[in-house]
Amino acid sequence: MRQEIVKAAPAYTEFHPRWYRAPVSVYWWLGQWRYLKFILRELSSLFVASFVVITLLQVRALRNGPEAYSRFQHWLQSPWMIALNLVSFLFVVFHTITWFNLAPRAMPIWVRGKRLPEFLVAAPNYAIWLVASVVIAWFVLR
Amino acid sequence: MADKIILEVARYSPEQDTKPCFATYEVPVHKEWVVLDALNYIKDKVDGSLTYRWSCRMGICGSCGMMVNGEPKLTCATFLSSYAHNGNKIRVEPLRYFPVVRDLVTELSDFLVKLKKVKPWLIRKDTVPLSQGEFLQTPEQLDYYKQFSMCINCTLCYSACPVVGLDPKFVGPAAIALAQRYNLDSRDQGAVERIAVLAHPEGIWGCTFVGECTKVCPKHVDPAGAIQQYKLNAVLDWLTSFLMPRGHNSQDVKP
Ligand code: FES
Repeated sequence: MRQEIVKAAPAYTEFHPRWYRAPVSVYWWLGQWRYLKFILRELSSLFVASFVVITLLQVRALRNGPEAYSRFQHWLQSPWMIALNLVSFLFVVFHTITWFNLAPRAMPIWVRGKRLPEFLVAAPNYAIWLVASVVIAWFVLR
Repeated sequence: MADKIILEVARYSPEQDTKPCFATYEVPVHKEWVVLDALNYIKDKVDGSLTYRWSCRMGICGSCGMMVNGEPKLTCATFLSSYAHNGNKIRVEPLRYFPVVRDLVTELSDFLVKLKKVKPWLIRKDTVPLSQGEFLQTPEQLDYYKQFSMCINCTLCYSACPVVGLDPKFVGPAAIALAQRYNLDSRDQGAVERIAVLAHPEGIWGCTFVGECTKVCPKHVDPAGAIQQYKLNAVLDWLTSFLMPRGHNSQDVKP
């Protein structure tokens, strides 16, 4: 019996005989929203990449003349492309908000010995985002 | 409020167990009691063999960190009453990702080795004669690094960081924040010496910005912010060294 207990004990390590080291599960990110959110943000890169690919395809279609471009537009109107774009859009918004909120912490700005409040650094990012979106919307929907 | 609460405490005895198991204790709830008080109650009244670390009881020494219901917490600053609604059960485990010595006691030498690697002390390149007096610092210069100097080495941030769990060599949040504390100190000249450890795949580039280290920090140190600041400076440093190969170091960003 004693023999069994010793055998089953965790392996001896360099510094200490019997530390217990909990294994990290492959699914560590499931079950807690904060970690799931992180994994989703990592995953969002795939959708950001899909945006890039679509834009490149658009440029190619544009170069190949009006007929190719209307074919491209038609392809964009298919339900699954709309779905993909919608999901990508949500992910990109999520991504953008994360990085805008990070900006004041990654780039502390000191004015006369005082650190600028975080919202003062984040707000211009959001303002520029809003203005750019409005300008683009105006061009597209005109 | 319920006047009793159930504590499920992880127990591990290296002589007898192959892995931890949970023991359940019933503990009275007093309005002003924290989780650490409950553990002290168990040790005093129920089972004297329960093992855990604590000292100051006031969020200063950083030794009472444990997982409380799956979250890294200083148990001396976590009130029982805030869990009274949760089916009246609290699960207390040793800090995640650290080897467990016994019960709730974790092994910290890995962290201490990493901490030492980033040279968290003032480094001077020049030798100033003693007769010149002390290195003076203005309140503004102090403010510049003060936030990062508040770290109490409680290692809650290591338990919050999945990278620590997945890559045991990752230097980790607290050590990087403390390196930055010295990089930003007007009296320090050691930023260049710290680059090798920090601007490294197991230093700042190991960080994937989960951001949880900052959320669990009881001292509002913001290690995630420190790491992203350093990343930004490292990129600028690389860029400028590219453009101006000689004589530039943007990690030296002190006022
Ligand atoms: S006992 Fe010192 S920090 Fe909790």
